[in-house]
Amino acid sequence: MQGSDVRAVLGRVLLLFPLFFSIPSQADELTLAVASNFTAPMQEIARRFEQRSGHRVKLAFGSSGKFFAQISHGAPYHAFFSADQAKPAQLVKLGLADAGSRFTYAEGRLALWSSKPGFVDAAGEVLKHGDYNKLAIANPKLAPYGAAAVELLQQLQLEEQTRARRVQGENISQTYQFVATGNADLGLVALSQILKDGKVEEGSAWIVPVQLYSPIRQDAVVLKRGEHVPALEQLWAYMHSAEVSALIRSYGYGTPSTLGGDNAK
Amino acid sequence: MLSDADWAAIWLTLRLATTVTVLLLLLGTPLALWLAKTRSAMKGPVSALVAMPLVLPPTVLGFYLLIFMGPSGPMGKFTELLGLGTLPFTFWGLVVASLLYSLPFVVQPIQNAIEAQGARPSEVAATLHSGPWDRFWHVTLPLAKPGILTATVLGFAHTVGEFGVVLMIGGNIPGETRVVSVQIYDHVEALEYTQAHWLSAVMIGFSFLVLLLLYLLQQRKSAVGMRYGN
Repeated sequence: MQGSDVRAVLGRVLLLFPLFFSIPSQADELTLAVASNFTAPMQEIARRFEQRSGHRVKLAFGSSGKFFAQISHGAPYHAFFSADQAKPAQLVKLGLADAGSRFTYAEGRLALWSSKPGFVDAAGEVLKHGDYNKLAIANPKLAPYGAAAVELLQQLQLEEQTRARRVQGENISQTYQFVATGNADLGLVALSQILKDGKVEEGSAWIVPVQLYSPIRQDAVVLKRGEHVPALEQLWAYMHSAEVSALIRSYGYGTPSTLGGDNAK
Repeated sequence: MLSDADWAAIWLTLRLATTVTVLLLLLGTPLALWLAKTRSAMKGPVSALVAMPLVLPPTVLGFYLLIFMGPSGPMGKFTELLGLGTLPFTFWGLVVASLLYSLPFVVQPIQNAIEAQGARPSEVAATLHSGPWDRFWHVTLPLAKPGILTATVLGFAHTVGEFGVVLMIGGNIPGETRVVSVQIYDHVEALEYTQAHWLSAVMIGFSFLVLLLLYLLQQRKSAVGMRYGN
């Protein structure tokens, strides 16, 4: 009786052994700065990457402008996932990032959204007849989603007409809050914020056709501290995999594989 | 150096801070008096509530105000009933938020000043047939003057420096809700570091002067206080 118990325990411990050894002897820890619009997909990507590689990933979410300031003053991030293309390009120019590592990891999409069901029609006509109190957009000077929103309004010739009723969030998260709390009837938010399993989760939305604004391309770049870190090279390869592309698309983004492809336009 | 937008933000900030300080002195002084004098069991809970903005992150306060003053929040429903619409994204929305945010900075110095007097001056006045109002105006308030002065300066300065709350409920509308702190944030985020430095320099200079003034006044007051003590 006792002997078999011991053997069972021993057996279990031995079974666990390969598990310990499958974790690479140097489990690295990566620290990534990520634009806040990409929070949900990045958490999922990091979770999966940690599981398969055994490395640890620490994520910092915030605005790209803040990260830029921090990185140019020595913040210890290994890589930067920006909400635009300009800031990673600028970091490369400043010699703070690796030019060869820069790639577009996602293309953001705009949605006209209301937290009220049935408020936004399938063609966004509600913007034209103007039966709403406020239209929330992200600050066009700071946020690529805000710039795209203004471009869309120009395209629809509604820029002047909506000006008096526009309120600006400092970033896309705040813009979302203004609409989610009902303070603004309408808002131009990131599609990724309102999509859950490929469906608009709450309220009503018009997914703005991509021809109506310039693509919101989001670039990632390896920073000085991340150069020649094997774990980061693994992550970069994983970011380019079909699995990650599919995951990013499920959150309402375009990905490099669809850019310029049939579905992109 | 400073753009028109910067000046508009400075002007708006001064207007907001002045409005809030005046309102806070009107509302905060009776509250401080009550807190200093009461023996009610409510003293603890009310003191804690007054001090809450000191420990709550401004973004938390701002987020709940956004809900509270929004169309489905109790205050939003009330203001809409009055035909005022909802308060977020308006100057008066910022005023309400700042009142809450700066409340402890006004109430606490006044309360401390009244408590430090003790009950004696008021009691002595009462034996001379002075009524409650008379005692409040001619004994308690004048003796609490240094505290009221501190409250005024701190309430004003703290409202000038407010950021998180405005960011959450302001909507960044030029001339209406875009205050200096938000304007500086915008400059930094847009990588316009030179403009950010200039506007920040103005803020740093201003806050130093305000606090210097406060300490100079307090020094003078404490000299006067000693005279009272003799």
